[in-house]
Amino acid sequence: MLDLTQTAKETRAWACYDCGKCTATCPVARAGAPYSPRRHVLATNRHPPQELAHDGSLASCLTCRLCDARCPAQVAYTDLVRRLRELAHRARSEQAGPAGELEPECPHGGALQSVMRMMGKRSTQQSRLAWLARAEPPSPVRGSAGKRSDFAAVNPPPTPSLEAKGAGSGELKTEPERGQVFYWTGCTMYYDAFFPELDLATLRGTRAAVALMNALGITPIVSPNERCCGHDLLWNGDRENFERLARQNVRLVADSGAELLVTSCAECLRTWKLDYVPFFAGRPPRMVHLTEFLTENLAALTLKPDGQRRVTFQDPCRLGRHLGLYEPPRQVLAALPGVELVEMRRHGPAAICCAGGTWSNCDRFAKQVQVERLREARATGATVLVTACPKCQIHFRCAMNDPKLGGDIEIELRDIAELVADAVRAS
Amino acid sequence: MSTWDPNIVVFACNWCSYAGADTAGVARLQHQPHFRMIRVMCSGRIQPGFVLRAFEKGADGVLVSGCHFGDCHYVFGNERAVEQFEKTRNVVRLLGLEEGRLRLEWISAAEGKRFAEVIDEFTDQVRALGPSPLAGERAGAAAHA
Ligand code: SF4
Ligand code: SF4
Ligand code: SF4
Ligand code: FES
Repeated sequence: MLDLTQTAKETRAWACYDCGKCTATCPVARAGAPYSPRRHVLATNRHPPQELAHDGSLASCLTCRLCDARCPAQVAYTDLVRRLRELAHRARSEQAGPAGELEPECPHGGALQSVMRMMGKRSTQQSRLAWLARAEPPSPVRGSAGKRSDFAAVNPPPTPSLEAKGAGSGELKTEPERGQVFYWTGCTMYYDAFFPELDLATLRGTRAAVALMNALGITPIVSPNERCCGHDLLWNGDRENFERLARQNVRLVADSGAELLVTSCAECLRTWKLDYVPFFAGRPPRMVHLTEFLTENLAALTLKPDGQRRVTFQDPCRLGRHLGLYEPPRQVLAALPGVELVEMRRHGPAAICCAGGTWSNCDRFAKQVQVERLREARATGATVLVTACPKCQIHFRCAMNDPKLGGDIEIELRDIAELVADAVRAS
Repeated sequence: MSTWDPNIVVFACNWCSYAGADTAGVARLQHQPHFRMIRVMCSGRIQPGFVLRAFEKGADGVLVSGCHFGDCHYVFGNERAVEQFEKTRNVVRLLGLEEGRLRLEWISAAEGKRFAEVIDEFTDQVRALGPSPLAGERAGAAAHA
């Protein structure tokens, strides 16, 4: 049982003086959701845990850390909500009995959590690297009866210049097991496969990242045995299954002998750098985001303009507020000739996140946060919304599928690695 | 291995395939019994989460069934089912489970014989594949080690 007194201490919930700034700041609450972080903080100090364990609104938090930054008493609400979700998860598991876990709030029927937990079981050999052999990311597989919405029919997704130019069609050089640099792909192949209706191509970012490393003379390890980092399970409160994944992943990378781990996924990076710490046995590798890696190697890349483009940048909450990495992506964009960055009104530490919320909850309020954010991106006059996390692409793409708003909020979405790869190819 | 029987989950829609199973029963048709049936109102309800959860919990095979095209009680529910099934199959493939463990079949309320045949055929197919690698202790993972 979670010790709430201890939790109150560690998250500084005790220090709350009920000013309400967290709720006033929270994008979900501002969208009108019946949700109040302030109440959860106060309840931690006041109530028996049972009440919190059954508070469904715990799932509403995007864990975006915006409130933490505004709290005058330095209450770590995001950490608190994660612990409270562990409490809720345990309560649900007990309720479900041996039949297992319940995820009543997941917008995808618990499918993604199931996949993550299955990856934690050691017994299957995934076949996650087909994209390495293929010239292009697999085209979305549609059901024979799959019909696109009218909106999608008249608004085909922007042609990704990466593929159009044959980029990424070159051979990618990788090592399966041992080497100096480990490229941690994250689960992009799973997401592209699971969301055919979104015309996602998060794998393009993955391919571009490997292609850039190759261009720098590096043959990274891309492992067939990488597993989900467990980020979403952890933030859903499922610590047991998170730990199973964490242990296997840490061992995999330790056995590879890599000294550097590079990833394009902001969530994976947060998990590796902060949440895997207790699992490292020896000296862990240095862990960086692809944009950090690129800033260190920009001098070695020949970059030419690939047309003139006005872009805006989505600070992923994991990269920005969770890890403090605001500058590396901006330095990378600044180095790209022909690319002009125009910031959104709320950017850097004030950025609003993609409202995906670790698959714990997705409702009309989350949608509203996304729609507003996309409007903000369009208001910059940029034609491309650049992200540094595949999850942002998924959730924004989903919001753009709204047949009533599509035209208003449609904007080309690209992973930052794709833009760099374009510039390398142009040279 | 000779005594091993698979553990199969069959999802069936209320109006056709479940009724098809009934028809098979009423006609006293023989078929293998190694499955549990989960009735849903329409095959369109069978989202990836259901099937993946079944595999996660150790099912050796999953059969998704519904009405023939044009027969769905809710007009286009089975078209949705196809989309959901494709997504599920994509993910099952990535996870490294054999595709033969997953199947989609249309069975009408009148097709008792077809129901029995599909069940027998699928059971044999899954039996040939052996225990699911995710089934853990229950099925004796040794077979796949
Ligand atoms: S902002 Fe901080 S002090 Fe104010 S209500 Fe929220 S947790 Fe309490
Ligand atoms: S972390 Fe973000 S979504 Fe959660 S309460 Fe704070 S501001 Fe709201
Ligand atoms: S926004 Fe994200 S979580 Fe919500 S329905 Fe779309 S893909 Fe799922
Ligand atoms: S009712 Fe049978 S498939 Fe829809």
